[in-house]
Amino acid sequence: MSKPLNIVKSRFVPIAIENIDTDQIIPARFLKATTREGFGKNLFRDWRYNNDNELEPKADFPLNNPNFSGEILVAGKNFGCGSSREHAAWAVDDYGFRVVVSSFFADIFKNNAQNNGVLPVTVSEEFLQKIFALGNEATLTVNLEAQTITIDATGEQTSFDINNYKKTCLLNGYDDIDYLLSIKNEIKEFEKA
Amino acid sequence: MSTLFDKIWNKHVVKSIEGGPSVLYIDKHFIHEVTSPQAFDGLRKRGIPVHNVKQVVATADHNVPTIDQHLPIKEALSKMQVQKLVDNCAEFGIELYGLGHPYQGIVHVIGPELGVTQPGMTMVCGDSHTSTHGAFGSIAFGIGTSEVEMVLATQCLLQSKPKQMRITIDGELHKGVTSKDIILYIISKISASGATGYFVEYAGSAIRALSMEARMTICNMSIEMGARGGLIAPDETTINYVKGRKFAPQGADWDKAVAYWKTLRTDDDAKFDVEINIKAEDIEPMVTYGTNPGMGISVNENIPSEKSIDDKEKPSFLKSLQYMGFEPGEKIKGHKVDYVFIGSCTNARIEDLRAVASFVKGKKKSDDVEVWIVPGSKQVEAQAKEEGIDKILEAAGFQLRQPGCSACLGMNEDKIPAGKYCISTSNRNFEGRQGAGARTLLASPLTAAAAAITGVISDVREMI
Ligand code: SF4
Repeated sequence: MSKPLNIVKSRFVPIAIENIDTDQIIPARFLKATTREGFGKNLFRDWRYNNDNELEPKADFPLNNPNFSGEILVAGKNFGCGSSREHAAWAVDDYGFRVVVSSFFADIFKNNAQNNGVLPVTVSEEFLQKIFALGNEATLTVNLEAQTITIDATGEQTSFDINNYKKTCLLNGYDDIDYLLSIKNEIKEFEKA
Repeated sequence: MSTLFDKIWNKHVVKSIEGGPSVLYIDKHFIHEVTSPQAFDGLRKRGIPVHNVKQVVATADHNVPTIDQHLPIKEALSKMQVQKLVDNCAEFGIELYGLGHPYQGIVHVIGPELGVTQPGMTMVCGDSHTSTHGAFGSIAFGIGTSEVEMVLATQCLLQSKPKQMRITIDGELHKGVTSKDIILYIISKISASGATGYFVEYAGSAIRALSMEARMTICNMSIEMGARGGLIAPDETTINYVKGRKFAPQGADWDKAVAYWKTLRTDDDAKFDVEINIKAEDIEPMVTYGTNPGMGISVNENIPSEKSIDDKEKPSFLKSLQYMGFEPGEKIKGHKVDYVFIGSCTNARIEDLRAVASFVKGKKKSDDVEVWIVPGSKQVEAQAKEEGIDKILEAAGFQLRQPGCSACLGMNEDKIPAGKYCISTSNRNFEGRQGAGARTLLASPLTAAAAAITGVISDVREMI
């Protein structure tokens, strides 16, 4: 069971870089943990700190900029490419993001995010650039039920796609595994056939 | 009217959900130490067993040291993670090819070599390079840890059917050009996200002419252009490769299997969402210059100039070159390298080692480079020794280490120091992939071996 998600109205953290791979989101050396918790402090570790030192934050990295905050991460095209490590989704979630907005997501990251109650929202490149151009006080509203994302200051709105099954899961915090376990008899029948 | 992908997919759909994904049955599930512990925790929390332990294959690869494997692992966290896998496999009754086992190795190397990987199967692993197994004409793709838990618990996954792309490569490759160059060339043309949302079938006379191991190299890197996976229709080459392997069907089962495998091909009138055609003659030895696998050029080309890059992409491009210490427009050939890594699930099979050995025989490595050769598995290592490849490599000054993922992702001690250039036969050149600050240049085993001898990026064709 993950946390149910419907409407998220929040400020956002913009990272206007394309092809952000999961090695950047969570470097391999942090994959040695054997639990799901605590990855948020290492989110974007090597972009966030100099010399791997939490006392030396890189001032120009958006996560270190006090003007940016909130539950929405906004990133450039092809977010989450590369390694299938779910640790990337855990890190995004653990840091406190509930929604990631981009013009394009890598498939596995998208699945992993949804499996952890984090909503990937795909918008047009044009809409993405509009968000990047906003001031840091701006807020966005993401409405999963209505499948819309709105720039609150201007009211500009666009809709996003999500398949119905995944939408129901996210709205209610259901997991795929609960569903699969519930059809175990059908799976056994299939195996016999 | 069906593609190869359709035929395998349709046979594995348990049921379809209205307006949602399908329940896809998974034949084989590979697990390793990094992406499985939280999945086993999930099973424990729910108090449920593994659905069928016979369909799970486990090995330790990502964290393992590549020297002195008989000694305890030094790094505490790596040691714990590998031990967790041992404990979990024992608790749930899964057979483990762990450290010291003669079958241990990189998960995508051992599956095919043991004959676990067979045409027509669905296969998954908590690892994106699971696409490797598609070379046999199977649907194979990487999954996250929540999905690992689902497959352990139910042998099924919820999946939406991807779109389909066919890449046809016809013609004959130039001498010195390998399957690694084919895939680096393709990714450089369609970009690191060019196949996102697609499953890719590779076809054409140049693919047919490749060995199984060379085909695996291509399918392996499908994920680097965003594809869920890649596959190649099985043929005589495939059947001959599988025959007689440990887990291959035997006797009457074998004949039945072969008869079925022969039906596994895309029908002539089947439609793909996208078709791409490539001439094998256009491909030269490739090398990457940037920080995603789409940033590749022929060794004889210059790095793109700033002018040639789209305005919107310029910041990412310049950030990447800055990390690599390259100038836009610069020539790449002749550029110094510090490390050579020949290994990983892309290029650490016996044919790769043979090709490297036959090229370096009688040559000496440059004094300024360090060369690590990491075999993909215990079996590859044993075979290399049997053939005397280890002696040839040692004579050239190359170090033959023990099997594992090693410097492909630097989770063990095998890290490239910050700022150093490593020409690598692996599959990812992301920032920090081979160690914080490390600069990776992806290339074929031959191109990497050439650089080991000259100390600079070279055109291997001038040396053979
Ligand atoms: S060799 Fe590299 S890419 Fe392959 S499984 Fe290991 S870490 Fe992943």
